Amino acid sequence: MNSRRKFLKDLFAFLLSGGAIGGILKILPAKALANEAPRKGKWYGFGVSVDKCIGCARCMEACKTENNVPREPFFFRTWVERYVIKRNGEVAVKTIETKPEAAPESAVDKSILRSFFVPKLCNQCANPPCVQVCPVGATFQTDDGVVLVNKETCIGCRYCIQACPYGMRYLHPQSHTADKCTFCYHRISQDLLPACVEVCPTQARIFGDLNSGASPLARFRRMNKIHVLKPGLNTEPKVYYASLDGEVR
Amino acid sequence: MKKILQKMPDALVRLLAVFLGLIVLGAFVVIVLIPRPRKDVKIQWADAVKKEQAKPVAYAGFHACAECHEKLYERKKTGYHRDLSCETCHGPAKAHTEDPDKVKPVIPQERSFCPLCHAYNPSRPRGFPQINPVAHNPLKACASCHNPHDPKPPTTPKECAACHGEIARTKAMSHHVQLACTVCHKAPQQHKVSPRSVKPTKPENREFCGKCHAKDAKDKMAKNAPKVDLSTHGEKYVCWQCHYPHSPEVEE
Repeated sequence: MNSRRKFLKDLFAFLLSGGAIGGILKILPAKALANEAPRKGKWYGFGVSVDKCIGCARCMEACKTENNVPREPFFFRTWVERYVIKRNGEVAVKTIETKPEAAPESAVDKSILRSFFVPKLCNQCANPPCVQVCPVGATFQTDDGVVLVNKETCIGCRYCIQACPYGMRYLHPQSHTADKCTFCYHRISQDLLPACVEVCPTQARIFGDLNSGASPLARFRRMNKIHVLKPGLNTEPKVYYASLDGEVR
Repeated sequence: MKKILQKMPDALVRLLAVFLGLIVLGAFVVIVLIPRPRKDVKIQWADAVKKEQAKPVAYAGFHACAECHEKLYERKKTGYHRDLSCETCHGPAKAHTEDPDKVKPVIPQERSFCPLCHAYNPSRPRGFPQINPVAHNPLKACASCHNPHDPKPPTTPKECAACHGEIARTKAMSHHVQLACTVCHKAPQQHKVSPRSVKPTKPENREFCGKCHAKDAKDKMAKNAPKVDLSTHGEKYVCWQCHYPHSPEVEE
C-alpha cells in the first residue's frame, strides 16, 4: 500500500481511538455520580407554600431571636420578599421589614396585576457551590444534608458569599466569619422544628426528612406542583416551593 | 558514593545538606508537632456539628406549652387559630418553661400587634381575614372584642359562610360588602344536602349586573356604582366572565 495513504489511515484510526478512550474516561466519573446509591438515614428538606404566606415577618423575627442574628435589617438567615407585578409588566421586589408597615398601596390601586410574598432561606443544596469554593474546608455538608459553617476555621474570605447564587450568606459583623441558615441545626437534632416553621401562623413553611415516606413534607411534595429556585444551576436545592410565580428569581 | 561527593563542588554539598535539613524539619513539624484536629477536616467538621448542636434553644415548641396550659390549649385547638404556635404571639418561651415563675412570656396587647397579620395588604392571599387598622374600631384593643385564643371571623350569611368562608371574607373587604349572597345567587334547599349536584344559580345575563351598573340604572343602592354602556361594553360576555364580583376591580 502506498505509504502516505497508510500513514493517513493509521493517523485517523489513532485519533479516533484516542478520542473514544478520552470520552470514556470523561463519562465514567459522571456515571459513577449518577449511580450513587440512595441516601440512608435522615436527609432534611423544606417546603414553602407561597400561596399561604401572609408576609407577617414572624419567621424573620423568630430566626433572629433563635440564632442571634444581628438586628440590623440587612443581616438575615431567612427573609420574606414582597413581589408587586404591575399591569405594565414592571416587577418590584422588596424585602419586608421585621415589623411590617401598612401596605403602601390601597385596595383601589389599579396598577397592580398581582402581588404576593415569597419566603427565602438557605436552599441547603445537595450540590452546594459554597462548599466547593471554600479554600479552607470550613463550610461542609453534614450527613443529613445540611450545609454548615465551621466558625473555628473560617477565615472570612467571603468567597462562599460570592459563590451562593441565592445570596443566602452574610459575614457576621462580630465573629467576621460567614454565617447562614442551618435549618436551626441545634433544634432539629432535638426533634424540634426550626424556629421559623414553629412560629409560621399559616403553615406556609414545612420542614421534614425527605427520606421519610409519610410526613408533612412528603405530603406537601405529593400534593403540590413543586418548583425550586434557579434549577438550571444544577445546585439541586432542597427547599421546595409550591405555586412559585415565574417572576421569582 | 564517596567519589560522587568528592567530585561535587563543596558549595553544592552544603546546599544539599541545608535542603535536607529543611525537609526533615518540615516533615517533623507537619507530622509530629501539628495536632491531628488541625490537619483533618473530618475531625473539624465533627467538632463543628457538635458545637452547632449544643447551641441554646429559645423557642420551646408548642408541645411544651400544652403540658401546663391545658385549658387554653384545648380552647385554641378547635378555633381558627388552631394551627398557630403559642410562641408566634407570646414570643420565645424556653426560659419560661425552665423557670415559670421568674420569666413570663409577653402578652401582646397593643393595637399594632394583630395587624402584623391582619392589616389589609394586597399581597396577602385572597380570603385571609384582613381589616383596615385605621378604620376598624379605632382606639379599642383587639382583645376587647376578639378572643385571640378562639377568634371569630365576621358572621356574614351564616348559611353560606360555613363552606364559603373565603368568599365571605373576600367580599367583606370589597365594594360589594353590602350585598347579601342571595342578591345574586338563589340556593335551592337541596344544595345543602348535595352541594355538588344541586348548585346555586349565578347571574345569567348582563342585564342583572346592569340593574346597578348600566348607564340608566335606577336602583337606589347603585347611586355611586360605576356605570357602563351595556350595548358597547364587553360584547358577548356575561359580566362575571371578566370581573370577579366578590372583589370587583375599581376604576379610580
